[in-house]
Amino acid sequence: MISRGLWLAAWLALLLPFGTALAIDSEAAFEDPAMQARYENLNRELRCLVCQNQSIADSNATLAQDLRREVREMMAEGRNDAYIRAFMTARYGDFVLYEPPLAPRTWLLWAAPGLLVMIGLLAAVLVIRRRARSLEDEPQEWRGEVDP
Amino acid sequence: MMRKTLFVLPGIAFILLAVFLVRGLFLDPSRIPSPLIGTPAPQFTLPDLGDPASQVTNIDWTGSPYLVNVWGTWCAGCREEHEVLLEIARENELPILGINWKDQRELALRWLAELGNPYSAVGADLEGRVAIDWGVYGAPETFLVGADGRVVWKHIGPLTLEAWRADFLPRLAGQGG
Repeated sequence: MISRGLWLAAWLALLLPFGTALAIDSEAAFEDPAMQARYENLNRELRCLVCQNQSIADSNATLAQDLRREVREMMAEGRNDAYIRAFMTARYGDFVLYEPPLAPRTWLLWAAPGLLVMIGLLAAVLVIRRRARSLEDEPQEWRGEVDP
Repeated sequence: MMRKTLFVLPGIAFILLAVFLVRGLFLDPSRIPSPLIGTPAPQFTLPDLGDPASQVTNIDWTGSPYLVNVWGTWCAGCREEHEVLLEIARENELPILGINWKDQRELALRWLAELGNPYSAVGADLEGRVAIDWGVYGAPETFLVGADGRVVWKHIGPLTLEAWRADFLPRLAGQGG
């Protein structure tokens, strides 16, 4: 028979992943799991501006707590995600979003990875073609064929 | 000819990258530009710090420039800049509206009694909602609001007389105030 202590330990181990998810936000969860998921997603998208490399979901700075409260209240009022993002950027600028918006001023930013890959490919193709051509141009005897 | 340009390209790319990186060295990531500049100042009504029964608001302040200073007794930089605020108040350039951010009333009142009070009025923002409307993320922060009620400038961190002369006074002169 398995001892009670072992059972308890097993149950606690099962709860471990949930423990980390709820550690920061001490507020009660939304009753609707879908709402709670939306809330957590939004919190992960928004930057805590005092701690900068943490989202407001990860940080327990006072400002992060206050911003989570704003998100929670706007959601309770029935606001959609776009409204909440616009609320935050109107006050804190695009920097508050972990993912910068797609706008004319950020086209270069978004296109940069693709552009860099294209430049790399172009360079590779040019180099390979030139090497191939220089091989063709070489005199026959250099290819190891011995004259009779 | 073709060969030569191909050799030059990586050099150009390197220089471009270096220019960006060198510039990055001198940018302060803790100073986030405010999207509020040029837009109408957020309106607020807060309980008066000294007399919570009455209210402090910026709604009636349009028509002349004013400063909004966000502070708290928990904030070391606020103590640092306090002398500068007192100096501005002595010069009587323009009114300073204080927002006492997430602070305790007794501590804030004692601070003003001990260090002097540069503010025309101080509102107590206990829940930090007004601070969020102003895009405040760390005290102290100081805003210049123009005569037309729009935010003209935001200073992040302790205000210095140098910053006051360099960033505020020229913009204030442009206000005709």
